[in-house]
Amino acid sequence: MTDVAIRAAGVGKSYKIAASDDAPSTAAEAVMRRLRHPLERQQFEEFRALDDISFEIPRGEAIGILGRNGAGKSTLLKLLTRVAAPTRGQIELTGRVGSLLEVGTGFHPELTGRENVFLNGTLLGMRKSEIKARFDEIVAFSGVEKFLDTPVKRYSSGMYVRLAFAVAAHLDTEILAIDEVLAVGDAEFQAKCIERMRQVAAQGRTVLYVSHQIQTVKSLCTSAIFLEHGKLVMHGEVDEAIELYQTSRDRVSMSATDIERRPGTGEVRITSATVTSPLYKTTEDKTIEFLVSANQDYIGKYFVSCHINDRHGTTILQCDSRVTGLWLDPSVEQKIALTIKNPWLKPGEYTVDLFVCSSGVLDSFEGAGRFEIHPVLPYPQAVSDEGLDAGLVLADFDYERR
Amino acid sequence: MTTTRTTVITPPGRLPLPSWREMWEAREVFTRFGIRDLKLRYRQTALGVIWVVLQPLLSAGIFSIVFGQIANLSSDGVPYFVFSFTGMLAWTVFNGIVTRAAPSLVNNQALISKVFFPRLLVPLSTVLSVLVDFLVASVLMVALLVIYGITPGWGLATLPLWILATVLLGSGIGMACSALMVKFRDINYIVPFAMQSLLYASPLAYSLSEVSGSIRWLFDINPLTWILEGFRWALLDLAQPPLWQLAGAAGVSVVVFVGGMLIFSKMERGFADVI
Repeated sequence: MTDVAIRAAGVGKSYKIAASDDAPSTAAEAVMRRLRHPLERQQFEEFRALDDISFEIPRGEAIGILGRNGAGKSTLLKLLTRVAAPTRGQIELTGRVGSLLEVGTGFHPELTGRENVFLNGTLLGMRKSEIKARFDEIVAFSGVEKFLDTPVKRYSSGMYVRLAFAVAAHLDTEILAIDEVLAVGDAEFQAKCIERMRQVAAQGRTVLYVSHQIQTVKSLCTSAIFLEHGKLVMHGEVDEAIELYQTSRDRVSMSATDIERRPGTGEVRITSATVTSPLYKTTEDKTIEFLVSANQDYIGKYFVSCHINDRHGTTILQCDSRVTGLWLDPSVEQKIALTIKNPWLKPGEYTVDLFVCSSGVLDSFEGAGRFEIHPVLPYPQAVSDEGLDAGLVLADFDYERR
Repeated sequence: MTTTRTTVITPPGRLPLPSWREMWEAREVFTRFGIRDLKLRYRQTALGVIWVVLQPLLSAGIFSIVFGQIANLSSDGVPYFVFSFTGMLAWTVFNGIVTRAAPSLVNNQALISKVFFPRLLVPLSTVLSVLVDFLVASVLMVALLVIYGITPGWGLATLPLWILATVLLGSGIGMACSALMVKFRDINYIVPFAMQSLLYASPLAYSLSEVSGSIRWLFDINPLTWILEGFRWALLDLAQPPLWQLAGAAGVSVVVFVGGMLIFSKMERGFADVI
């Protein structure tokens, strides 16, 4: 028996994007087009989601797949779990692959919890006897014993996810692929899941884990792959990959946005923007530095503004330079640093939008930067999620008895 | 500990064939899907399983009124109700498989784009619930034969073959439609219309002897005609269909089934990309 669990050689995946932007989506349209232009071939542009990926993963490794949105992480996972077919190359898998791509797919709302455990388990590749043997274990793990004979449509979303995860976590496949599932459930359940994943890897099975959550990758994985623009940049130490991932974020977001195509009149443009650190503690000052180009011909002064958005896209903070009395002269290049001291931001990812305005918007640079707030809370005592969930930001507060 | 084996994934070839070993290993998916469909159908319905009996019964009733009483068409000497119920029995199998299999992939969109299992099992699993319906309706058929005092002839022995031909024909078309619907959603509108046209274009509620003249050949080349005649021969002891129709029914159903499967496996590996 070989000790390589997954071997990929020159794997690529391309999608055809219709160049003319009106690919037929109904049979009638397709037929009509054929009739009208019998000889014409549809023009396609090829988009390479993954390009020439080669790697070997030894058995028993827990491997993290890192990369920005659109780097090809999920595509890679889809190829490895055989959901989608590669366009080029070859993948060898030793053993069965179980996948945990978004928990709860395959759950049917009308069926009861019990029926769904069997249905979902079967879909994920378990035998009936295997599910039966582990049924009690699964139920105990999920903690929804009381509601087993209730249709899952009546479940709370938390219960739903717990049960779905429990089924998948008890898969006996040699390779287990996980895509961003630990982002669900309360802290206690998350800890339980990570522990479970660790056990799985310890049993000599191979775990593939795709996530944006650096913390979990760090605590779970023994090695990592870093993807950028569909190419494999690095395969090796977790810390090294995380480092690359974090430094790449700012770099990529700059290059990804074509400066001339940004909204705004463009008389002056933000030529670079950096968040001084990719990871802040809640209480730390956050500093964003950016350069605004000069334009001798522009008459008048301008001001800048910065929006901080949480991962749902809600703008949490607006820092307009007019309120601090800052107006800038367009005749010289301006280097500006914005420091945000308060309020305390909740742990998670944030994006930074920068704007240059005078009477109208001169430049609007959405996604100018990103940073993450470390999950360590600034409070002296720990509390479960419902003690923190409700607010948008964290307050610096104190209670005392009078 | 199960033996580990190596799976090699390569880009799809020109004419990929379904992997029988994988299908066999995933056979439980087939039964689970079938059971799921059955359970879902009768959950939250007031009459439950009675619908299975009621549907062909009502249709047969309507047909005997419209075609037998109003249009006064012939039923080859058999009570009209039994005559059209026999037709309905075969038709429900064919129609049930096609109309349930066709949207099956699109209905399970989330699964197709997230989890791997032999996709062919999705449209095929509809056969299971349709056959259960058929069994229930067959009990009624037996009751009708007893009530009207009709004794099937030796043709009854061929009944399983007719059922098999109907299943093969239906699932062949069902597989092709389900695969095509992933890409072209208007199949969803075409299928019910096509099935309805076919319902009236086949000698289901009337006897083939009523059809004559210039359009008779259209009926003679319709495989459903052969199958319906076969069902009636088997159950009602009517005239045996000509030999070429027997061979034709067998040949066409196998060809359609294999054809549908080939279309399906040709498109299968692109499903996750376009669904």
